[in-house]
Amino acid sequence: MTNVLLQYATVLVLSIFVGIEIISKVPSILHTPLMSGSNAIHGVILVGSMLVLGSANTNLEEVLGFLAVILGTLNVVGGFVVTDRMLEMFKARKPATPPTKSDEVAS
Amino acid sequence: MSRETLIDLLYLFSATTFLLALKGLGSPKHARRGNAVAAFGMLVAIVATFFKYVDGHALHHVGLIFLAMFIGAIIAVPTARFVQMTAMPQLVAIFNGVGGGAAALVSITEFMHIKSTNPATYVTLEVLLGVLIGAVSFSGSAIAFAKLQELMTGRPITYPGQQIINAVVGVVALGLIVTILVQGSTSLLWVLLGVALVLGVAFVLPIGGADVPVLISLLNAFTGLAVAASGFTLGSNLLIVAGTLVGASGILLTRLMSKAMGRSLSNVLFSAFGSVITASVGGGVEGRSVRSGSPEDVSVLLGFASKVVIIPGYGLAVAQAQHVLRELAEVLEAKGIQVFYAIHPVAGRMPGHMNVLLAEANVPYEDLLEMDEANSELSTADVALVVGANDTVNPAAANDPSSPIYGMPIIHADLAENVLFLKRSMRPGFAGIDNELLYNPKTTLIFGDAKDTLTKVVAAVKAS
Repeated sequence: MTNVLLQYATVLVLSIFVGIEIISKVPSILHTPLMSGSNAIHGVILVGSMLVLGSANTNLEEVLGFLAVILGTLNVVGGFVVTDRMLEMFKARKPATPPTKSDEVAS
Repeated sequence: MSRETLIDLLYLFSATTFLLALKGLGSPKHARRGNAVAAFGMLVAIVATFFKYVDGHALHHVGLIFLAMFIGAIIAVPTARFVQMTAMPQLVAIFNGVGGGAAALVSITEFMHIKSTNPATYVTLEVLLGVLIGAVSFSGSAIAFAKLQELMTGRPITYPGQQIINAVVGVVALGLIVTILVQGSTSLLWVLLGVALVLGVAFVLPIGGADVPVLISLLNAFTGLAVAASGFTLGSNLLIVAGTLVGASGILLTRLMSKAMGRSLSNVLFSAFGSVITASVGGGVEGRSVRSGSPEDVSVLLGFASKVVIIPGYGLAVAQAQHVLRELAEVLEAKGIQVFYAIHPVAGRMPGHMNVLLAEANVPYEDLLEMDEANSELSTADVALVVGANDTVNPAAANDPSSPIYGMPIIHADLAENVLFLKRSMRPGFAGIDNELLYNPKTTLIFGDAKDTLTKVVAAVKAS
C-alpha cells in the first residue's frame, strides 16, 4: 500500500458518502433525469480516453485509444443532450394560462 | 503555479460542477441549470486535458483525438436530439454501455502501456476490475438496448442450466483475474475481456421487460464503478470522484427500484420473473362477472366528480395516449375538478420514466404525485382512472400472500369511490397475474385502445 493509493481510497470513500447523501434527496419524479445525468457524468471517462490515446506508443494502443475516445465522446455528448432535453420538459403550472403553452417557466 | 497544479485545480472545479448538477436534481426548478453547469465543467476538464503532460511530454495524436471526438459527437447529437421520448430508456442504456466500453478500453490500453514497468499487484487488480466491470456493462447494456428497442423479445430468455452456466462463466472470469494477477500476461487480458462480454450478455438475457428499470440502474452503477477503477489506474481523482458518484447513485436507485417491486435484488436479477404465464389466468376468470362501460359512461362519472386521480402505466405510453390524457385532465380542470396523476416508482421502463412521458405531454410537474401522496389523495377521490397500468394497482400485492407480487407496494386505486379501468383486453399484466380489482363492484372496465377511448371521453365530457 502506498500513500498515493491511500489518498485515492480516501477520495473514493468520501465520494460514496457525498453521493448517497445528495442522491437520496432527488425526488422520484426526477429519477429518469438522474439516471441520464449521472450517465453523462461518467462520460468523464473521455478524459481518461484522451490520456491513453495521447500517450499511445504502439499501433494497437492507438487503435484502442481512438475507439475509447469515440465511445467516451458518445457517452458525454449524448448524455448531456438527452438530459437537457428531458429537463426542458419539466414545467411548472403557469398561473391562469393553459399548460399547453410551450414557453418555459423555470430556467 | 505549475502547469500540473493548475490542471488539477480545473479538474477539482469540474468535479464540483458534477456535484452541483446532482444537487440541482433535488427539484425540477434548478435541475436543468445544474445539468448545464455540469456540461460546462466537463468541457473545462476536456480542454484542460489537452494541456496535460503524460510521461513527461505533451499529448501525442492530438489530431486523432479531435477526429475521434468529431466522430463521436456527430453520431451522438442527432441521436440524442431526435429520438422519441418513449425510446429514452434504450437511449440511456446505449449511452451507458458505450461509457462502460470506453472504461474497459482505457483500462486495457493503460495496462499495455505500463506493463513493462512491472506494475504493483494492486495496479493490475484495478485494471482487471476496470476491464471486467466495463465490459459487462457494455455487453449487458447492448442486450438491454436490444430488448427495449424490441430487436429481441422483452420476455426473459431462459434455457436449461442457465444459472449454472452463468455461475461457471463468472467463476472463469474470477479465475482469469487471479491468473493474470499472478502471471501478468497480456494475452489472458483479452480472454478476460471476451469472458466479461459473454458474462454481460448471459446476465441480462433472463431479465424481463418490466424488471428493466432495476437492470438499467444497476448497469449505470457498473459503468460508474468501471470509470472509478480506471481513475485508480490513471491516478485521476476526477475519474474516481465522478465514477463513484455515479456508482453510488446507480446502487441507490437499484435498491429503490427493487424495493418498489417488493422483491429483493437477487430475485429481480436471477429469477427470470414473468417467463411463465400462469395457467390459471384463463381458467379462474371466466365464471366471474365484470362490469364494462362505454366512454360516455366514463364522461358522466368524471363530470360529476370533484376529485379524479389518474393512474398511468406503461400501456399509456405504448398507446401514445399521453397527450389526449392531458387534454382530458385540462377539460376536467376547466370544470373545476381536481386532477392528479399517481405515479408508481416502477411504472415505465426506467426509474421515473412515467414522469418524463407525462412531462413531455406538458403535464405540470406539481400534478404528478409519488405513491404515498397519491394513496392519501385516493382515499378522498371520487374516481380513480387507471390507464395502461395493471400490476401496480393489483390488490393481491397487499392481500394475497400466495401471489408472486405479494409485498410490492401498490397504488390503492380501490380506495377511490369509483374505479375506471381502461384496458385493451382481459389479458393480465406483465407479471401474468389475475387482477382482483377488475372484479371489484366499484370497478367499471372500458375495453379498447386507450387513445381511442380517451379521445371519445374528451369529446363526451366537452359536450356535456
